[in-house]
Amino acid sequence: MKNVLYLLVGIFFGIVLYKSEAASWFRIYEMFRFDSFHMYGIIGSALVFGMLFVFWAKKNSVKSFFGEPLRIEEKERSFTRYAVGGILFGLGWALAGACPGPIYILVGAGYWPILIVLFGAIVGAFVYGILRQKLPH
Amino acid sequence: MIYEPWPWYVSGPLIALVMAILILLGKRFGMSSNLETFCSIGGAGKWVDYFKVDVKPKQWSLLVVLGAVIGGFIAANLLSPDEAVDISQKTIENLRTLGFESAGSAYMPSELFNTGALAHPKVWIVLLIAGFLVGFGARYAGGCTSGHAISGLSNLQRPSLIAVIGFFVGGLFMVHVLFPIIF
Repeated sequence: MKNVLYLLVGIFFGIVLYKSEAASWFRIYEMFRFDSFHMYGIIGSALVFGMLFVFWAKKNSVKSFFGEPLRIEEKERSFTRYAVGGILFGLGWALAGACPGPIYILVGAGYWPILIVLFGAIVGAFVYGILRQKLPH
Repeated sequence: MIYEPWPWYVSGPLIALVMAILILLGKRFGMSSNLETFCSIGGAGKWVDYFKVDVKPKQWSLLVVLGAVIGGFIAANLLSPDEAVDISQKTIENLRTLGFESAGSAYMPSELFNTGALAHPKVWIVLLIAGFLVGFGARYAGGCTSGHAISGLSNLQRPSLIAVIGFFVGGLFMVHVLFPIIF
């Protein structure tokens, strides 16, 4: 039953991102050129509603549907990993025109060359795992 | 209405809803951690201890990914009679100078994402490097757009603000400095 819920959330997420055009390479390129408000509107309004939700959930110590405490995790404090990792991710995001969510969605949409991007992303995660202990965090 | 592109003020709140549902299911909203799970499933634990993990507790996240693939299929094939993305005229003109003729008339640039584009070795290299940077960068930064830009900033996390500024530094450099060199 729970598994069906996760699948449905994924399907909904896929449809929303595709129909919002946030999964379009062109929208990402346009965003980085500041030629349209569209992507900023999406991220900005998602953030406003997201903040309200997190604030409400924390303030009222909301429990999950299954009665467990919520997992709203604090991220570990650091600068290097977020700055360097973030910049590398941004370079890839703009070139591929897709971040991980849209990569999966575009596989379903049938843009087959995105499979090369997905393969590269898995290799990238693998190489991170190899180098992890040598990288400054 | 549902067949038209969805405006930002509908899409943004719905993305927040996805995050809220996942949190209320006792999980979290994060897409890039699945890349590590794929490594574990592929046997990467044989070489690197980091990937030697039990994937059973990550099964829920893989189901969200499977759903996203299905959602992409449904949206593209059943809900989108017109694939053209109505990007701004300035962006279209700029992309034409870079050789992207499909700008303004397609969902993805045919120069990179049509199967025919794979006849050019350069396209393979570009897509591979782009993917590598996405995967490596997201895991190094501990999250991508969903984990940092939406979830982390919603929780007012300073690390996520640093990461998101990094996303934009990288993205702006790619588009404004590297694109004219690459394309």
